[in-house]
Amino acid sequence: MTSQVDGEGRARRLLSGQEPDVAADAGHVGAPPRVGFFTDTSVCIGCKACEVACKEWNAVPEDGLLLTGMSYDNTGALGASTWRHVAFIEQNKPLGGQEAHLDHSGIDVLALAAQGSGTPVAEAAVSPTTPGPPSPEGRTELRWLMASDVCKHCTHAACLDVCPTGALFRTEFGTVVVQEDVCNGCGYCVPACPYGVIEQRPGDGRAWKCTMCYDRLGAGAEPACAKACPTESIQFGPLDELRERAAARVERLRETGVPDARLYGADPSDGVGGDGAFFLLLDEPEVYGLPPDPVVTTRDLPRMWRHAGVAALALLGGLAGTFAGRRGHGR
Amino acid sequence: MGVRTWIQDWPVYRQLTGQDPLGRGAAAMSRRTAGLTARTETADRVVDSICPFCAVGCGQKVYVKDERVVQVEGDPASPVSRGRLCPKGSATLQLVTGGARRHQVLYRRPHGTAWEPLDLETAMDMVADRVVATRRATWQWDHEGARVARTMGIASLGGAVLDNEENYLLKKLFTGLGVVQVENQARICHSATVAGLGTSFGRGGATTFMQDLQNSDCIVIQGSNYAEAHPVGFQWVMEAKARGATIVHVDPRFTRTSALADLHVPIRAGSDIAFLGGLIHHVLAEGKDFRPYVLAYTNAASLVSEDFRDTEDLSGVFSGLDEERRHYDPASWAYEGADVASPTGSQEAQPVPGRGSVAVEHQAGGAESHGSGGQDVPPHPARDETLTHPRCVYQVLKRHYARYTPEMVERVCGVPRATFAKVCDALTSNSGPERTSAFCYAVGWTQHTVGAQYIRAASILQLLLGNIGRPGGGIQALRGHASIQGSSDIPTLFNLLPGYIPMPHAPAHTDLGTFVEAVRTHKGFWAEMRAYVVSLLKAYYGDAATADNDFCFDHLPRITGSHSTYDTVLAQLDGACKGYFLLGENPAVGSANARLQRLGMANLDWLVVRDFSLIESATWWRDGPEIESGELRTEDVATEIFFFPAAAHTEKSGSFTNTNRWLQWHHAAVEPPGDARSELWFAHHLQRRIRERLAASDDPADRLFLDLAWDYPEVGPHAEPDAEAVLAEINGHGPDGAPLSAYTELRGDGSTACGCWIYCGVRADGVNQAARRTPHTEQDWVAAEWAWAWPLNRRVLYNRASAAPDGSPWSERKAFVWWDGEAGRWTGHDVPDFVADLPPGFVPPDDARGVAALRGDDPFVMQGDGKGWLYAPAGLADGPLPTHYEPQDSPFGNALYPEHPRSPVRLLFPHEGNRYHPSGSERGRAVFPYVVTTYRLTEHFTAGGMTRTLPYLAELQPEFFCEVSPELAAERGLDHTGWATVVTARGAIEARVLVTTRMAPLRADGRTVHQIGLPYHWGPNGLTRGDAANELSAIVLDPNVHIQEVKALSADIRPGRRPRGPALRELVADYRRRAGSDERTGLEV
Repeated sequence: MTSQVDGEGRARRLLSGQEPDVAADAGHVGAPPRVGFFTDTSVCIGCKACEVACKEWNAVPEDGLLLTGMSYDNTGALGASTWRHVAFIEQNKPLGGQEAHLDHSGIDVLALAAQGSGTPVAEAAVSPTTPGPPSPEGRTELRWLMASDVCKHCTHAACLDVCPTGALFRTEFGTVVVQEDVCNGCGYCVPACPYGVIEQRPGDGRAWKCTMCYDRLGAGAEPACAKACPTESIQFGPLDELRERAAARVERLRETGVPDARLYGADPSDGVGGDGAFFLLLDEPEVYGLPPDPVVTTRDLPRMWRHAGVAALALLGGLAGTFAGRRGHGR
Repeated sequence: MGVRTWIQDWPVYRQLTGQDPLGRGAAAMSRRTAGLTARTETADRVVDSICPFCAVGCGQKVYVKDERVVQVEGDPASPVSRGRLCPKGSATLQLVTGGARRHQVLYRRPHGTAWEPLDLETAMDMVADRVVATRRATWQWDHEGARVARTMGIASLGGAVLDNEENYLLKKLFTGLGVVQVENQARICHSATVAGLGTSFGRGGATTFMQDLQNSDCIVIQGSNYAEAHPVGFQWVMEAKARGATIVHVDPRFTRTSALADLHVPIRAGSDIAFLGGLIHHVLAEGKDFRPYVLAYTNAASLVSEDFRDTEDLSGVFSGLDEERRHYDPASWAYEGADVASPTGSQEAQPVPGRGSVAVEHQAGGAESHGSGGQDVPPHPARDETLTHPRCVYQVLKRHYARYTPEMVERVCGVPRATFAKVCDALTSNSGPERTSAFCYAVGWTQHTVGAQYIRAASILQLLLGNIGRPGGGIQALRGHASIQGSSDIPTLFNLLPGYIPMPHAPAHTDLGTFVEAVRTHKGFWAEMRAYVVSLLKAYYGDAATADNDFCFDHLPRITGSHSTYDTVLAQLDGACKGYFLLGENPAVGSANARLQRLGMANLDWLVVRDFSLIESATWWRDGPEIESGELRTEDVATEIFFFPAAAHTEKSGSFTNTNRWLQWHHAAVEPPGDARSELWFAHHLQRRIRERLAASDDPADRLFLDLAWDYPEVGPHAEPDAEAVLAEINGHGPDGAPLSAYTELRGDGSTACGCWIYCGVRADGVNQAARRTPHTEQDWVAAEWAWAWPLNRRVLYNRASAAPDGSPWSERKAFVWWDGEAGRWTGHDVPDFVADLPPGFVPPDDARGVAALRGDDPFVMQGDGKGWLYAPAGLADGPLPTHYEPQDSPFGNALYPEHPRSPVRLLFPHEGNRYHPSGSERGRAVFPYVVTTYRLTEHFTAGGMTRTLPYLAELQPEFFCEVSPELAAERGLDHTGWATVVTARGAIEARVLVTTRMAPLRADGRTVHQIGLPYHWGPNGLTRGDAANELSAIVLDPNVHIQEVKALSADIRPGRRPRGPALRELVADYRRRAGSDERTGLEV
């Protein structure tokens, strides 16, 4: 910090906005390039190898045997004992370059499903023998989206900012990791995360989440999930490289007739300064259960502190004025 | 620690003095964090292994610390998996080290109500005693006047998850004992593949390897859920897609495979021959066949006998049908002028010396012996090169498929014409000299009463399109157990000896000479049968096998019909089969008609179960469905049961043969825990004990056993037989004891010994070629230096066909193997699957026989005529051409041949517990109006014994469910995530309901058909429990190979849970009553 301007600039970068060197700014001297995940959901086959490989490596406990009914997703969401989560979304929508010839012409299948049991065929509003109005080409389309979600390892990580014990820290790889020997289970990080990723483990109390296999990175190995992924839907590497690769992939998909392809979390100027784990999605983020425009919950800390400072100064000034006035008055 | 260090270690100090002003990075790092080391770094050793789940055969690295496995992950060097693993493979650590595994032998005494621990040595002694006693009590020298030298009192099931070396020793041990009822998962998964591919091309394995799919221009996946059942292998489909290939998925359900395909075609389960026949019709009608290829490499030009009558002539059946005995005499199907009588089907056929006639009784599974050798036919049949002769195969084919029009496809399959046209275009526009298309299938094709014919249909199509033997082409039979290919090649199957040599049959195969003459061809490499058989007998019986005693040929027990696992179940119910070994197989969940499987076991004297955990087949007497329904009382069950914990793949060395036909060696990483032992150990030490008991016997039946050559060095603390020594025996050796390097070195004079002729060369030069691990990054995409492929390390079979008849590549883009005129040899990217120096234009003299009879343009070197078979003049029990027949239990009649709804020669098992449904327009059909199809999920494995017990997999698919369309849910009042009961005439099960648009009703034959999806992994044990889908299925089999029909059956579905107690059987009985399903139902020819 050689100048005031630099100091201010850095102070701003430390909490929000563009931050090109997240590891160095966390005090890591000679840090390797920042690494991350690029999860290309357009080639995900929903096999959940990532979930299992993660659990095996990190000895994450089983997370409950519950049939959710949410397509083939019985994991539900990321949490203390689920650090990779594959979402399954069944849509009546065409996927570019794909044609599903399942014919539910003109039938509101969701309404039909909701109609549920107890409706005798004769009384049902629609039945298989009810002819629906023909769609253009006489069919409707279907696509089955699958996407492996993970901690985003935000450039500006609110979980880390609010951690009072230093349990959460920024590694030399630019990732965000909870230190299980430091965490005291206060839980401040849980509401701070704009993605709802980090969570306390019942019975243990401490907060847990993806470490991007910090120990493996130290050994020059890739994270367990990325290594296992059969179709390279999960790619690991230097973040800059991944962003280039992702941009090219989106471009190619759009050219081949998948106009909905878009990147999520790849933009360094977004609300969290870009994610260390970003995604190629084929629909709006909300479809996948992702917040559309996440903002680091500590973004406004400096402004809040400035306001607080101004207020404090004003208070102090007022106080001083009062005393000064009194003095004056006293004369 | 000095004060200074102590202070510097304080995060706040570091924050204030370092580069981390906010204390969120370097300053906050704890001492523990700084000291973190990956356990892969601190392991004592890393051992090369292969994944034990499906047949993709992914490479694994096993990390060992302090003699414990601490991590298992993918091996990046593997050319097939490139370091990746699916969820099951990723859960390997939990499989081999988790709490589900048993470490102690357990014993259940007759009528006992609880398990008792038992000492391993005692248990082995007890089992040996029982084998000896049961064998003696049930020994048969003769059957209907013919020598059989066998026992029908003992049976064995399992082998597809075991090593080749284990399968070899088990088959050798049981054959030595005279046990013929030896079976494994290959019967119920891919036996139809062996017959289908084998009769078409001469070998019963996948014609290609998975990585070659990346060279495809179009991939049709049908009868397979590739992405879910073989996820890591699916990367090669994704590679092809990334390169612009068109991916088509034809399947009743929209699956994870469909989600990644360019085109999903929903089809009515059980109608694929109509679909494929439609494609064949399209190719022929539009003249889209690859004519130069078809003319030179297939039997299109060959003339068929005047006696042949097609289904077109006989309303849906071929000539030669004996309606009374329900089988075909295939004599009339032969080529014109064939003086060689036909095989597999004629009961009367007797060996005629000099005519090479074959006599294999109907139902003996002879078609499966084409796994590595074709059917004998005239080496040079009469031909019409113009393809215009009305009796040439091309014209016969054209007529046979004339009625498989797009309209008929729509009617039978429920596939709209426009969609069908897209598949036609995708295939034909991506086939020819410049382009190739591949077919991938799995048990969606095999598990039908016409399973072998499904695969034949694809074979015909691929031959017509010129896609066999070429890069990016072929037919990939996706197999689903780590070594199910191996357990076919070195079979634990009743009808086969190693290398697809048929088991000798009584009364036909009276001596070695008759046998060889009956089962060999007169052209190509299958003509050298005597060398293969004698070398096997030398491996089995060693010095005892001499020319004087026919090399102990009469030591081999004889089969007399079908002794498949399903026949064994009935034999158990009848009381004929008294002792049963289950070696890594769980028929109480995984085999058709699971209830009969259990009732059969309840009628045994003794049962040996070897597995990781207490699977359903080990515990049915205590908590099985029949105990719950009150049909059985534990105290009444007299079966004595031994449970032996099995060693995992990380605890033993051996080879798996994957779906690429590669033998891949896995090395033992640690010793097995507790009483757990390998099957190699079990076979070896059981043999030793039996030998001790019989050593002093002068009973000639015992002599047969004592003559077995059994001399394997023991290694390690548990006296494990050396797997390398077994592999050496499999590979074979010459008179000097030196290892052989190719099966062409085998001799029929007893100078060579070889345990499996097609595996000869796996230990060439005394080196374990299966253990080769040159990384894929250090060689070309064929990766010839990774592991070893049978035969002779050839990766694409029939690759002579990748070159034109003149020996030059069909195109530069698809060049693979070609003739190097200067060197006078075939060369290219692969080991040529041809005689290395046989010139392309070579024409042998008419009287040439054997290998010398091969022409320079005969790419199918195992076939009796050297050609790919569009038409099978012999070899199959149910016809020379695939014909659409409905499944046994079907809501539909046969739109193509109304007079013959079902295959006239399907194998039926009328039994009170195995009733069939009224079908088509029969009265009572409406009681079972829907179609059930069964399948696997990514997250579980087969009958669940290796996955339902693992927390990491159980949580991913935690409950048994059925998948139904919203329309069916509405029609039957089914709630999403609620319960449904599915009922057939065999049983009733309950499942949670998933209502999904991925299931769609189809319009077939003018009406709507609903399909119900049922994964078959569940059973009553494990972390995730549920009913077994196989409670619903019937035993009804393909006549060629005895595979069961579980991919398409009719059923009813209703909301709510199934009844408990006796009410369960009452519900089933009520359905039978309403449907009129009795002992006569569904038996028509």
